[in-house]
Amino acid sequence: MEKAIKKYWPIFVLPTMAAFAIGFVVPFLEGIYLSFCKFTTIKDAKFVGISNYIEVFKDETFPHSFGFTTLFAIVTLLLVNVLAFAVALALTQKIKGTNIFRTIFFMPNLIGGIVLGYIWQLIFDGIFSRFDTALKLNETLGFWGLVILICWQQIGYMMIVYIAGLQAIPDSLREAAMIDGANKVQRLVHVTIPNMMPSITICTFLTITNSFKLFDQNLSLTGGEPLHKTEMLALNIYQTFYGRVGAEGIGQAKAVIFFLTVVVIGMFQLKLTRSKEVQQ
Amino acid sequence: MRKKGLVALCLAALMTTTALTGCGGNDSSNDSSTKNSDAGSSAKSEAKGKVYYLNFKPEADAQWQELADMYTEKTGVEVTVVTAASGQYETTLKSEMGKDEAPTLFQVNGPVGLASWKDYCYDLKDAAITKEVSSDDFLLKDGDAVDGIGYAIESYGIIYNKNLLKKAGYSEDDIKNFADLKKVAEDITARSKELGFSAFTSAGMDGSSDWRFKTHLANLPVYYEYQADGIDQTDAIKGTYLDNYRNIWDLYINNSTVSPKQLSTKTGDDAVAEFVTEKAVFYQNGTWAYSDIADLGDENLGMLPIYIGVDGEENQGLCTGTENYWCVNKKAPEEDVQATLDFINWCVTDDAAVKCMCGAAGAMPSGQDGMGFVIPFKKNLESDNPLVNIANEYVKNGKKPVSWNFTTMPSEQWKNDLGSALTTYASDQNDKNWDLVKKAFVDNWAKEAKASK
Repeated sequence: MEKAIKKYWPIFVLPTMAAFAIGFVVPFLEGIYLSFCKFTTIKDAKFVGISNYIEVFKDETFPHSFGFTTLFAIVTLLLVNVLAFAVALALTQKIKGTNIFRTIFFMPNLIGGIVLGYIWQLIFDGIFSRFDTALKLNETLGFWGLVILICWQQIGYMMIVYIAGLQAIPDSLREAAMIDGANKVQRLVHVTIPNMMPSITICTFLTITNSFKLFDQNLSLTGGEPLHKTEMLALNIYQTFYGRVGAEGIGQAKAVIFFLTVVVIGMFQLKLTRSKEVQQ
Repeated sequence: MRKKGLVALCLAALMTTTALTGCGGNDSSNDSSTKNSDAGSSAKSEAKGKVYYLNFKPEADAQWQELADMYTEKTGVEVTVVTAASGQYETTLKSEMGKDEAPTLFQVNGPVGLASWKDYCYDLKDAAITKEVSSDDFLLKDGDAVDGIGYAIESYGIIYNKNLLKKAGYSEDDIKNFADLKKVAEDITARSKELGFSAFTSAGMDGSSDWRFKTHLANLPVYYEYQADGIDQTDAIKGTYLDNYRNIWDLYINNSTVSPKQLSTKTGDDAVAEFVTEKAVFYQNGTWAYSDIADLGDENLGMLPIYIGVDGEENQGLCTGTENYWCVNKKAPEEDVQATLDFINWCVTDDAAVKCMCGAAGAMPSGQDGMGFVIPFKKNLESDNPLVNIANEYVKNGKKPVSWNFTTMPSEQWKNDLGSALTTYASDQNDKNWDLVKKAFVDNWAKEAKASK
């Protein structure tokens, strides 16, 4: 078997490699190249050097959406993970109907982002109309509206990951701690959480990157109103790209900066939580 | 062991097929394009070419599909019509143009739209269709070259319900300028409880409706400024008539069916529904909206110019123009360009096709409604659309139509920001928020004009 793999590995790797190259590597490199070009369609790109990047830093909506997105990522990171962990803990107790609850909590994840955005817009505006205001008129309302939407959508998903993690912890560990006299809080902090670090790594990674990449929900819930104040990075890039003639390259340059940011933050976070993982 | 081998084999097969299907699409399209160019070079007379039309008007999609089939049946030339979703035309066009099989016929909305697609526009100077145009005003020129041809003239203004206006004790003769309009609207608002209807339909600022205000209504201050300065395009607007813009916007939002704070949630459909169910007298829209509101009965529909309180506006007509220019893709294979030129020429010269484009109820061979356009070509037919006839009536009575200067607005971004500012102002009507509108109107114009260069 070993021998066969050594001999034939290119045959096995090639199809995926080819697909990866065609579907990812080539467009990615082309995208980086385009960020240095002025273009309308990708076929008539003209190289213009770094002027697109200079324009990006002149655009005052970009830093604002950067700050808005960062704040949003921090808030949802905390809320989604704490709540998902709590729900997972609750649903691994021996209570009746846990499976039904798990299914129901998971279900929002199966609805597409655009639809979710419109549904929540109806709900929020239905409530706000009683106070004679609307979601699109107020930055703070827009921000918390987005937070609520994302929590509602993602808690169920993260919960499933946490439940799997919780169930993988051997009972013997907790029993041993109990016999040693550890109380509930001590058992959670010193036994459960350290053993859950792999799940926490995954969930925090997913929530951070999801928040940074958030697009459909943002587009359909607030659309960046009022005056770009609830516009997150991905939407800002989209608006730049399609909002005016000749700004496609600037949008592309923003996208490259966006990519680098997400990679750096993601790597940093992975390193941070990985280092806390323990061997069972 | 054998089982494992089988599983591995299946997986490998699956990966290969996925990878190959991925390439499959590319291969076939490459094939067909090479085939085309081969055909083009070897047997030009036989090559028929293809037409691919990226249509701007969702409301006319079914009609275009039918027209395309008619043409194919008649000549054997394949015509594909794809319609972009409302508000997504530029986005769709950008991605379609990047493909191997790019649209051969597309639209731009005027000089600003043309700026981004200039390199793709075939010079229509010598094309047969250019000789059919009834007035050179409808040619979109870049120097000597004719880059686009307007194919549908439309008018907009304030559509009103004659019956309701009468119930309120007024007739259209009572409204000759902005002061009259204001008086009538505010009187209706004051008595709206007793009358059971409001003056204006909701000025919804949802994406399905905000273009009526950030683009169409904003045309008036732009138009009057251009008139005053004797120009037809500028890189720096002064906003001379912004106070008039504020007056008309105040009138719209404070005399409407809903609270001005609710406007951000109101859609185009809401406004139509309010108008059709007789909840409001006035509804700002254009001739294209006829099919939505036809239920009120033709004799019940009237149209007023949008008065904003400028001197001499008693003589103002409706806003008439076009933002639909046909352009032929220069970069398409030669025989496709020829096929496209033949197709558009057929559309405006063939009797059956012209009937489809101009006719209203039952004009299509299949019995559906026609597109109801007024086409700026010699063969144009008398319209069945009462709103169009009202517009013609104004011209006949010597009123001066307002041209569509919003095609010179510097970018989509400019319109969007103006829309946001209007929404913000509507929710809290003070001078500080109006300054946002001013800033979006004047400062952004210069900024966007520069960025779009």
